[in-house]
Amino acid sequence: MNHERLFKTESHWLTRIGKAYLTERVVMHGKDLHHELDHFEWLHLYLYSILERDPGVNVAKMLNSYWVGTSYPDPSIWPNHVAALAGSVRTTPSLGLMAGLSISEASIYGRRPEVRALDFFYRAGRWCDEGNPLEEFVDNEKSLGRILYGYGRPLANTDERIAFTLEKAREYGFAEGRYLKMAFDVYEHLNSKYGYSMNVAAVHAALAADMGFSCEEYQLILTPCFVTGMAPCFRDTKRRPEGSFFPIRCESIVYHGVGKRDWENSPT
Amino acid sequence: MPSDYVYHSNFWLEEPEDANPFAAKACYCHGYDVYGQIISRAGWFEYLLLMFKGERPQPAEAALLEKLAMVLANQGPKEASIRAAMNGGVAGTNHSSALMSSLAVGSGLYGGSQELEVCMRLWGECGQNIEHWKTRLQDPQEDERADIWPNLEHAPGFDPNGDDIPTTLRQSLDLLVQYAPTEGALHWLQAHREALEASVGYPISISAVAAAAFFDLGLDRDQGSMLYLILRLPGAAVHALEQKKMGWKKFPFYSSAIELEDDPGPYKPPVSEGKP
Repeated sequence: MNHERLFKTESHWLTRIGKAYLTERVVMHGKDLHHELDHFEWLHLYLYSILERDPGVNVAKMLNSYWVGTSYPDPSIWPNHVAALAGSVRTTPSLGLMAGLSISEASIYGRRPEVRALDFFYRAGRWCDEGNPLEEFVDNEKSLGRILYGYGRPLANTDERIAFTLEKAREYGFAEGRYLKMAFDVYEHLNSKYGYSMNVAAVHAALAADMGFSCEEYQLILTPCFVTGMAPCFRDTKRRPEGSFFPIRCESIVYHGVGKRDWENSPT
Repeated sequence: MPSDYVYHSNFWLEEPEDANPFAAKACYCHGYDVYGQIISRAGWFEYLLLMFKGERPQPAEAALLEKLAMVLANQGPKEASIRAAMNGGVAGTNHSSALMSSLAVGSGLYGGSQELEVCMRLWGECGQNIEHWKTRLQDPQEDERADIWPNLEHAPGFDPNGDDIPTTLRQSLDLLVQYAPTEGALHWLQAHREALEASVGYPISISAVAAAAFFDLGLDRDQGSMLYLILRLPGAAVHALEQKKMGWKKFPFYSSAIELEDDPGPYKPPVSEGKP
């Protein structure tokens, strides 16, 4: 009977992640939170909580540069816009910021491009390990109609985050990795053949591959990364008059649908 | 002077008051006057289907959606999305936070809207070809790439923790087929349920039934997913409110049930050399 497996965990959960022995102590992945992990910066601890190991200071600093480098206090960016709207209508910080974070798991920016890009480099790496040319892998992906996340026809000629990230990669010892080199090889191929540019998602993902993260780890690591840009957006609109954040007039909803019709005269 | 920034819509038209461009004098949904006609003459489920599909629905379609909405309205505290809302409610959280937690937990591949989306994709791929269904249920992934959604760990639309179809679900399926088109997905699912369950090794779940109903209503996977999320919120709301009143002392707190396999014990500071 399939349901019998549920008996085992109905009132018992055996785990290795840790436990809060409330009023006594807290263990996280085998370490005492308040005595052995207290020296970590918060983001470093976040990495430890996900990876179940200390990835080291340089990895933490490299990833810190992802978070810092994407903290844009600009409400034109859609997740930030949600946080700004939340402030404008006087809801709470948790609701505004968590709603903004949840829409950061999007297809045209944020989590899906990041995960897809990392997966792309790992699959490309396996392809090359089998002795095949990288360019062929890229062309195969393209011929399947797949979006090559991190690359594309440029909305802007430059991505200001690339130079910043590469500088940090040099500073923390990740500038010579296999996948970072691969990211630029892919760019050279796509640029010469299709005129594509590269954005920071490719550079971030390639560095993530060089740091050895799984796709799930990478997704978890980056989940809170836009939040620092959202907080000032929330506060900015919260301080202004209610509902004053880019209000929309009726005529600014441009209608392209069917003409007016009568409910009673419509067939059902 | 109109704004430089405009939004586009294929279904929603607003006409401004003469004295205030930000206030609407009239709103039209797919051409119908919402406040002048729809609200007074249509039912809630007619209006929902009009919004999603763009045409005034047949009475039978609205009736099917209404019955499905009632099936989905409250799956009870065992259902993960409702349990999530209860966790919010019991702590006196914001109502919207409780519903957000319900939407998030109710979005998953095990019993949530993402599973429903996969089911609806398979309806598009497999139609009423049972052999095709049997094959795809064993391997429902779209392709080999990693995504923000993990891989399915069971046949979509089926409950790997179930033994036989629960009575309540069978009652729901039997009822819904009475409102469904005779050559449609719900009828086909009812007729082939046992064969599919035998192939998979476990029974169908509510996701399969809801997906078939949405497919019969002519909705696509995105529309079905949205409606699935919306229509399960009433139960989440009421259970959250109930737990708020019930109080946290009556609510499970699982601490004693959690056992740490490798507990290092209380922290002992390292003994410095040279000290006693």
